Amino acid sequence: MAVAGFKTSVEAAIPALRRYARALTRNVETADDLVQDTLVRALRSEHLFHGGEVRSWLYTILTNLNRNRLRSLARRPSLSPIDDNDAPDMAGPEAGGRDIERALATLVEDQRAALLLVVLEGLSYREVAEVQGVPIGTVMSRLARARVQIKSYLDGERPALRRVK
Amino acid sequence: MTNNEFPVSEDELHAYVDGELPADRQEAVAAWLATHPEAAEQVAIWRAQSEAIRARYGAVMNEPVPERLKLDRVMQHDRPWRGIAAAAACVAFLLGGGAGWFAHGAASASMGGTERVAVDALQAYRLYTVEVRHPVEVPGDERAHMTQWLSKRLGYEQRIPDLSSLGLKLVGGRLLPGPDGAAAFYMYEGKSGERFTIYCSRTKAPETALRYRDADRLAAFYWVDNNQAYVVSGPADRERMETITKAIYEQVDRPTARKS
Repeated sequence: MAVAGFKTSVEAAIPALRRYARALTRNVETADDLVQDTLVRALRSEHLFHGGEVRSWLYTILTNLNRNRLRSLARRPSLSPIDDNDAPDMAGPEAGGRDIERALATLVEDQRAALLLVVLEGLSYREVAEVQGVPIGTVMSRLARARVQIKSYLDGERPALRRVK
Repeated sequence: MTNNEFPVSEDELHAYVDGELPADRQEAVAAWLATHPEAAEQVAIWRAQSEAIRARYGAVMNEPVPERLKLDRVMQHDRPWRGIAAAAACVAFLLGGGAGWFAHGAASASMGGTERVAVDALQAYRLYTVEVRHPVEVPGDERAHMTQWLSKRLGYEQRIPDLSSLGLKLVGGRLLPGPDGAAAFYMYEGKSGERFTIYCSRTKAPETALRYRDADRLAAFYWVDNNQAYVVSGPADRERMETITKAIYEQVDRPTARKS
């Protein structure tokens, strides 16, 4: 792929990467940090990219970076300062927006990523399987579990958050 | 297999909602749902969830892309300069409270590797820059000795940047405990007594782009490269901090000269 084509594809993907990262982390700054790191890595390892979908590749990098980030936060999430997802949102989303945001926060990371890649980013199951490095069947069971969990959260069961504030 | 009566699995219902079925099967499932209200309700719920997610985050697409995420900028430095100070909560934690040096272990165990290094560095800054008589262990005029000593203690070659072209004199350095072993701490002083410090240490934290945090008249730039963390701390004068950090970055980041 021509260099110019590669850069153009990366550039075109930035708004969608921000959207995905925002929904993954539910924090503007953390999300943009992730996107920034993703772009740095993508440009640095351009030589490793042998054709295919640039967009999926970028989602893969971002998904992995976020997994690393959570792993290092997981040591003691209760004091984690950058993951304060209950902080008031200046954009003032309507109550429904807050609910879905909280519901997403209760998901296991891999389920959240799978669901967002499908419903928000419009990736096919096959693409999500590649991004997450798992068989399609695993993607489908992650989706199914995510949907059950969101429903039970919104129905008022509200189980204890997995990642406490 | 497009028979209406053929049982529809739950997997297929998800695939139906996500538009993953072939066109003929999509139609067959739609017809099947007309006579299976429970399944139809489930489908409606999943669709509503998807709609709610898109409604909540879809608008991010229309936001202007911040400067620091513009590709020219990312390419220009490889490690782009942060646009805006971030996460107020984080900064409040970095600088808040009277958590002294000795509390750092407990407090910082909770954070991501990079954040943790930044917290340790800022605590060291606050602790030592106020020292008039004993800010450092080794004075700046013993640069060669200090380089040798700290390279040995940290286990990799130390390059103590020369910032005299920016009007900063090396006050000296000291050895400190870091999150993953020894850390080196260098202090510089400007003409009006303002102090800047560099904190560096080996780290297991993953590589990051350059980050900027400031609050309460104090600022830090930090990054991780090649298992080495660097934190530059100083008064919150963003422009000056950026100039200084750039000069430091250029002097410490010379991978070809690295000893094994």
